[in-house]
Amino acid sequence: MITLEDLYIFAGLVFAGFAILGALDRTNRKRFGNAAFWGLLAASFLFGSHIGDLANGVLVLALVLLGGTGALGLGQPRTTSPEERRASAQRRGNWLFAPALAITIIALLGTLFFKSIQIGGAALFDPKWLTLICLGLGVIVSLVIAMLWLKPPWLAPLQEGRRLADTIGWAAILPQMLASLGAAFALAGVGKAVGTVATNTIPLDQPFEAVAVYCTGMALFTVVMGNAFAAFPVMTAAIGLPLIVHKFHGDPAIMGAIGMLSGFCGTLTTPMAANFNIVPAALLELPDRNGVIKAQIPTAIPLLLANVVLMYFLVFRF
Amino acid sequence: MWTLLGIAVVVAGFAFRFNPLLVIAASALVTGVAAHLGPLEILAAFGKAFNDNRFVSVVFIVLPAIGLLERAGLQERARILIARLRGVTVGHLLLIYLAYRQIMAALGLVSASGGAAQMVRPLLAPMAEGAAQSRLGTLSDAVRYRIRALAAATDNIGAFFGEDIFIAMSSILLIKGFLEQNGIFIQPLQLSVWAIPTALLAFVIHGARILLFDRALHRDTGKTDAPQ
Repeated sequence: MITLEDLYIFAGLVFAGFAILGALDRTNRKRFGNAAFWGLLAASFLFGSHIGDLANGVLVLALVLLGGTGALGLGQPRTTSPEERRASAQRRGNWLFAPALAITIIALLGTLFFKSIQIGGAALFDPKWLTLICLGLGVIVSLVIAMLWLKPPWLAPLQEGRRLADTIGWAAILPQMLASLGAAFALAGVGKAVGTVATNTIPLDQPFEAVAVYCTGMALFTVVMGNAFAAFPVMTAAIGLPLIVHKFHGDPAIMGAIGMLSGFCGTLTTPMAANFNIVPAALLELPDRNGVIKAQIPTAIPLLLANVVLMYFLVFRF
Repeated sequence: MWTLLGIAVVVAGFAFRFNPLLVIAASALVTGVAAHLGPLEILAAFGKAFNDNRFVSVVFIVLPAIGLLERAGLQERARILIARLRGVTVGHLLLIYLAYRQIMAALGLVSASGGAAQMVRPLLAPMAEGAAQSRLGTLSDAVRYRIRALAAATDNIGAFFGEDIFIAMSSILLIKGFLEQNGIFIQPLQLSVWAIPTALLAFVIHGARILLFDRALHRDTGKTDAPQ
């Protein structure tokens, strides 16, 4: 069976390629910083499942110190000039889109149809991680098509990947770090403590107050944590269940669904949700790291208010 | 109550604009100490969490494929394509993409149907810039950045407010699991159905913003161009 672990090995090899080519790039004054960073990330993907928790902890600490102290620079892999790109775009036409769309199409079709493929009675792809595995498959197919058709130098995929990876830099591991912090918070019982504080300080005597505080609390706690998943158990245990459901007899399904979506409004406005907000700004080469957030806030705030109103009118009616 | 210090560290760290990686590490350390864990225990717990969450970073495998196509002029081609489609404005393009992304996410295809590295950088942003350019001529950097930011925002909003309509989405499973722990049993479908009203409102609110942006863009640029 092809599992998430196989995908990790593929990713580890790609990151190792970034590290080796980064170390050889003399145009980058900090080339060994880049090499160490991507090399450690490669080690995490290749060996993380076998080296034990403490070694993984040391590895993360090293990544944090490299990324946090500005040890990474910007490599300049050899690539094509703007003129060459324009000429190639003219010559090759709209077929250039095909390999890019192939990644998405294979991930889509794979998620829908590959679930039932079996070899020797066992599923070929781990159904739990099917979409991510099919995404990996799509990348491989896309690379093969592009290499055969475009005939670039054989190291070009890694060099071009490194060009993009260096523009993201240390922010690349930020999403994974935040997910890990959420796990650490859960372990220490941060959720329970927040619930106690919230219920002791805010007056919640009316159904509307409970709904408004629950939805706003979901959004605000998501802003702090960068993740609605971390906010949901905290706010629901603190306000959702005791007040909206038990005291005012609201419907738990409606509360849960709209409560989570209120959290998502918070996700749109916080740099803590780095994978959605900061990484795209880096990828799009925006000078303002918060450019994407600024484009999202005018949608997030009215939508949060709309969620409060929606929940108030729906949750006590069904 | 000392366990809450970790949250305070995050808030303060971001407010003072320290490097986020250092802020997170400091917050994890403070949280661990408040929970009476030793330094090595904290390091091991964080290492385990980092290792368990590798799937978050695995999406960077698309970079070599996208980079390779960019090398052959993918972004330039997107601009050529849109420049030829007369009548397509930035607003229409983003509105169509918003609907596509919400519908795909509702079908459970959220990570497959878009994303900043996969769709926005190589396709959507250059197409949006191309659409604006074919109508308004050369764009200033400020306008270019605003178009890119709105493209990324549209990708996020479409994903967030479509995905919970899909019954096997992880957030839906999290809600179901949490309610179950508290003695309330519901089917994922009940949760999915109640994600639809917010999804529709998200389309209306963000769609209206896209069209307003489009109108302002054409009006402003028209004004500044006129005297020249």
